[in-house]
Amino acid sequence: MPRGQVFVIPERCKGCRFCIEFCPEDVLTESEGMNAKGYHYAVVAEGKEDACVDCRFCRLVCPEFAIYTEEVQ
Amino acid sequence: MSRETAVKSHPLDPLLRADRLPHIWCPGCGLGSIMACLSSAIAASSIPAEKHVIVSGIGCTGRVAGYMKLDSFHTTHGRAIPFATGLKLANPELEVTVVSGDGDLFAIGGNHFIHAARRNIDINVVCVNNFNYGMTGGQAGPTTPVGARTSTTPQGATEPTFNLPLLAATLGAVFVARWTSLHVRQLEKAMSRVMEKDGFSFIEVLSPCPVGFGKSNDIGDGLDEMSMYRRNGVVSHDADLTEAGIDMKHDSPIVLGNFRDVERPALGVRQ
Ligand SMILES: Cc1ncc(C[n+]2csc(CCOP(=O)(O)OP(=O)(O)O)c2C)c(N)n1
Ligand code: SF4
Ligand SMILES: [Mg+2]
Repeated sequence: MPRGQVFVIPERCKGCRFCIEFCPEDVLTESEGMNAKGYHYAVVAEGKEDACVDCRFCRLVCPEFAIYTEEVQ
Repeated sequence: MSRETAVKSHPLDPLLRADRLPHIWCPGCGLGSIMACLSSAIAASSIPAEKHVIVSGIGCTGRVAGYMKLDSFHTTHGRAIPFATGLKLANPELEVTVVSGDGDLFAIGGNHFIHAARRNIDINVVCVNNFNYGMTGGQAGPTTPVGARTSTTPQGATEPTFNLPLLAATLGAVFVARWTSLHVRQLEKAMSRVMEKDGFSFIEVLSPCPVGFGKSNDIGDGLDEMSMYRRNGVVSHDADLTEAGIDMKHDSPIVLGNFRDVERPALGVRQ
């Protein structure tokens, strides 16, 4: 199973939660802090540091081009 | 491994006018997800980006053309298909994809759709169906489900609707699919398929418009509509399209799939 690293662009997020809700591995959650527009952006949840499988679902479903993953060896 | 890494750009930014992001679409709107699938399919395509052209009409969906860093054209309301037809006939080397709304393509632009499909002009048409005219304040259109409340049907819409995959297949479209802004993997694949296929291809994409449609129909926000797609979406590539109409009132199944992929002599094909 590939392993993925999550990258986020906090300022683009509008808090729709699509990635959080539909990540097949439940990797993501809302940030504690907010971005400049007042949205809680997506971050990796505690205890899920090794859970991303680089499936690319968040990259495709994010309407804001605010999250993607890359495979790590 | 670590938690998330904060960065400033996205791998698809080279295909976007990234200086215009964040875009104007509402939080929970599905348009951005569809544009992500489109950008991804173009990035993966064997046709170079310089040959890809995006044509939109008017509406929230029509904004897609303005956000893609390609030769892209934001045409007048309803006229994306005739504009795309002209581009393709004048320069068959181009890979021409129309991305427009249900109102643009099937209300004011309906006649162009039927003749382009009949002629089998070699273009791809992606219709973002959010069941209403999102940009102008949530009016009812030809895809508003019976019973749905909109700003022009406050008691619930009563007119029969178009079943878009059935319409496209009946008219002779060589590729016909329906997906949603949640079914992003399947949508990306369908987009890749139509980019390599000759002839008139049609993809309907159901998409949340929480402001214009969801709010007044007890769907709530975009996430609720996406959850409805997950709950009610039934993938059936061999579906009988006469049974594929959308009836949201009863929370009934929504038929999804790549319904048709056939060959027919096409107009405007690269030689
Ligand atoms: C000739 C003309 N008539 C009417 C309008 C007003 N108008 C702008 S967008 C639109 C409908 C958009 O609906 P749709 O195509 O479904 O796009 P959406 O905003 O839902 O993505 C209308 C009627 C116009 N711009 N031009
Ligand atoms: S009005 Fe509807 S279609 Fe337009 S940006 Fe908002 S949610 Fe999207
Ligand atoms: Mg619409």
